[in-house]
Amino acid sequence: MTVTDPWVVLFLCIAGTFVWRALGVAVASRIDISGDLFQWFNCVAYAMLAGLITRVILIPSGTLAETPDFDRIAAMLVGLAIFFLWGRNIFVGTGTAFGVFLCLTAARHFGTLPF
Amino acid sequence: MTPLGQSAALRLGIHDGLVMPFWMVFGSMIGFGSMARDAGVSLGVALGSSIGIWGLPGQVAMVELFAVGLPVFAIVVASSMANMRFMPMCVVVMPHFRGDPTAVRWRYLLAQMLSINIWTVFMRRGPTLAVEDRLPFYVGVSVICLIGGAIGTAIGFVASGLLPLYVTVSLVFLNPAYFVFVFSSVRYRNCIIAVVLGALTGPLIYQISPEWSVPVTGLVAGTIAFYFDKGLENRT
Repeated sequence: MTVTDPWVVLFLCIAGTFVWRALGVAVASRIDISGDLFQWFNCVAYAMLAGLITRVILIPSGTLAETPDFDRIAAMLVGLAIFFLWGRNIFVGTGTAFGVFLCLTAARHFGTLPF
Repeated sequence: MTPLGQSAALRLGIHDGLVMPFWMVFGSMIGFGSMARDAGVSLGVALGSSIGIWGLPGQVAMVELFAVGLPVFAIVVASSMANMRFMPMCVVVMPHFRGDPTAVRWRYLLAQMLSINIWTVFMRRGPTLAVEDRLPFYVGVSVICLIGGAIGTAIGFVASGLLPLYVTVSLVFLNPAYFVFVFSSVRYRNCIIAVVLGALTGPLIYQISPEWSVPVTGLVAGTIAFYFDKGLENRT
């Protein structure tokens, strides 16, 4: 069946994501937070998100896929170096990575990068 | 800990939301808004998707596959699968509201408002607050992020093609970059191990199975991290 009304598709997709949220709530209300199962969920959540984020940076889809790997990796490495030197300041790290990435992509756009 | 009181906790939430997450969501959703327009959906559907699905991978899947003209069932399954992470995220967040009857009553609404930006802010600040302050704090962060998401989507949609690509693409890069630093700041040992293992295996598993990579990474890396941490605990 092909539904052409985007609002119907949207509504179903909202429900499709809500299923996971609701399932999480249902499990959460029965879980013992001092128990192993809760710690396991904690590890799964952090591993899942960390995996997703490195994937988005290393193997992106959409507009980011049009940028060279070098730009994304260089921006992250410079940002991480500054982050650890600056007493793990998230704001400084993010600002540096963003700034380096913006300069690299802008320089590429204007054709001023030799590589 | 002494409670801050409802309005002070709400203000703290708004403050923590405005420091970084607002701008992160704003930037990501500019990218999404312009993508939605290119895919041919209306501004209303794009906004509804940001506010209602409220999870970028699921939104992107919906818009991309709708543009390709896939059957609705396939679109919904793909979009839902892309947002599976909300399940463990909700499991981890919701128990922090125990002991607050209002939060417990509205738990499904709170879960609907959850996003990764809100999750990371709440996981840092929430546990340090008194139980009765957590709900107003959470609402403050969430509402600020939802506003940022809605404004970003609208600007991205309307200004699609007006902003130079190097600006748009840098704004899209902003949020994942921010999360790298957020996750480099986790404090508990089991979380640190999970983050490192997840970051290492995520891209590898993605090359084997793009659709299943997020849940598989979580299960594999998370389980190994859990037992590794247990092992370290037993040794000391």
